[in-house]
Amino acid sequence: MRNRQKFTEITLFLLPAILIIGFIYLFPLVKVFQYSFMRLSGNNFKYIGFTNYINIFNDPRFIIGLKNNFILLISIPFILILAIFFAVLLYERMAGWKFYRFSLFLPYILAIPVIGVVFGYIFQLNGILNYFLEKLGLSFLIHDWFGSSKFAIWTLMFVIMWKELGFSIIMIFARLLSVNQELYEAAEIDGASWIKKHIYITIPQCLNVISFLSVILIITMFAWVFNYVFTLTRGGPGNSTIVSEFYIYTTAFRDSNMGMGSASSVILFIIMLALIIAYAKLFGKEEVN
Amino acid sequence: MMILLAVLSIYPVFFMINTALKSKPDYITNRFGFPHSIALQNFREVFLGENFPRWFLNSIILTVASVLISLVIALLAAFALSRYKFKIREGILKFIISLMMVPPVIMLIPLFIFMSKINLTNTYTGIVLIYTGLLLPFSIYLLTTFFRSVPQSIIESASIDGCNSIRILKNILIPMSMPPIMTLVVINALWVWNELLLALIFLQKDNFKTLMTGITVFKSRYNIDVPLTMMGLFVITIPMVLIYFLAQKYFIRGLVSGSLKE
Repeated sequence: MRNRQKFTEITLFLLPAILIIGFIYLFPLVKVFQYSFMRLSGNNFKYIGFTNYINIFNDPRFIIGLKNNFILLISIPFILILAIFFAVLLYERMAGWKFYRFSLFLPYILAIPVIGVVFGYIFQLNGILNYFLEKLGLSFLIHDWFGSSKFAIWTLMFVIMWKELGFSIIMIFARLLSVNQELYEAAEIDGASWIKKHIYITIPQCLNVISFLSVILIITMFAWVFNYVFTLTRGGPGNSTIVSEFYIYTTAFRDSNMGMGSASSVILFIIMLALIIAYAKLFGKEEVN
Repeated sequence: MMILLAVLSIYPVFFMINTALKSKPDYITNRFGFPHSIALQNFREVFLGENFPRWFLNSIILTVASVLISLVIALLAAFALSRYKFKIREGILKFIISLMMVPPVIMLIPLFIFMSKINLTNTYTGIVLIYTGLLLPFSIYLLTTFFRSVPQSIIESASIDGCNSIRILKNILIPMSMPPIMTLVVINALWVWNELLLALIFLQKDNFKTLMTGITVFKSRYNIDVPLTMMGLFVITIPMVLIYFLAQKYFIRGLVSGSLKE
């Protein structure tokens, strides 16, 4: 009797979550795999083997998209180093830390489309950045930041870093709040310098968060940068700032090629899966407990 | 160094507000300085814009509905995953956690094909269902880790007093869990409010657009009127800054106690 009641309760509590997750995650994941081997036009779905995969790998836009995702990974070490540094400054309650906390978290609150439009104006050829550069006598640095295919992806990376830094700072700061104070006190008694204290205490203590953030950031750079590209460059100039997500969006919904869109989704999913498995192998145990 | 970074992170916001308060002629002659006189007519004009109030309302409906529904479902699931012991419990939790890493763009095409088939594109129901599903993994994960840190003895004494499971959840666990719940509300509300890709695809009709998809239209339609665009951006940022400040007290504590328990 008790066991049956327990079983009923577990089922009732879990059922809504499992149904929705099944519908939003599992069903589409199976379907996208199936669609990637099909030609989909109207109500006519036909299996065509690996044609979609052959097509996307022969499409230069797909290759540029993947390459740009890998380029964006370069920003991760910079984000992490800056985040540790600023989280430590906040943690040590430097003068005015409340103001700094607000200003550093601000980019995290702002919507990417808002940031996109504002930065679009700041980086314009006749925008304020170039205006300042000219006033400072640095005219040789003036560029059409989003208008030249050489600079656009790096300007885009700057905007992404600007936005994503806030979250990393919050997470490391939150972790620092629960570090045992005695560790620092002991180090100070032993006469450790500021730098040494943080290299030998802060970084090891934050290793879990840092590894967690690295994975989050890798995933971000692969699969959460659509908003930046869509509001800032729409993939241009030329195809220089296409990323995989933008490729999927344009292929499936602008060119109405759902089959090729699905095939590129599957490739992106396989890359994600490889990352998740690598992560679970490396840090899985700590993460669940 | 710190000041430089603070300036760097505040400047774009300052630029937005500063420009939003200029009149159009003022902007043309004086692009980067302070406004000569505060022009509040942009504020009025934004709300007089044909679709803006409608988009604002849509964003609020979608955010409130998705955040609340996902919270209730996640609370129930987290309760089951923390207060009962059963064989596949850890398996389910691990599976849900791994879903946190799957980005929505991968599910996009099948969801769109299916939603079109059952006529749920351009409806609140369809998109709220999708948002709710996408919010669930992180919400369940955060609440489960927190519930597990609540001492078992508190729950046991309540069940001896004759509380059933729902009452334990409602009267004991939820009041104790305000920090992680508020953290979730902030993170999830920010996410839905700022979401672009799904809104772009599932809400294509003008009167179902959200603020974020609306902006892209707004920007191209008022491209010449930069101050008006900036005022529009400023207005849609206000609700999120408010939520952040209201919940700030709980926010960092929630992150410490929940997601990063080590």
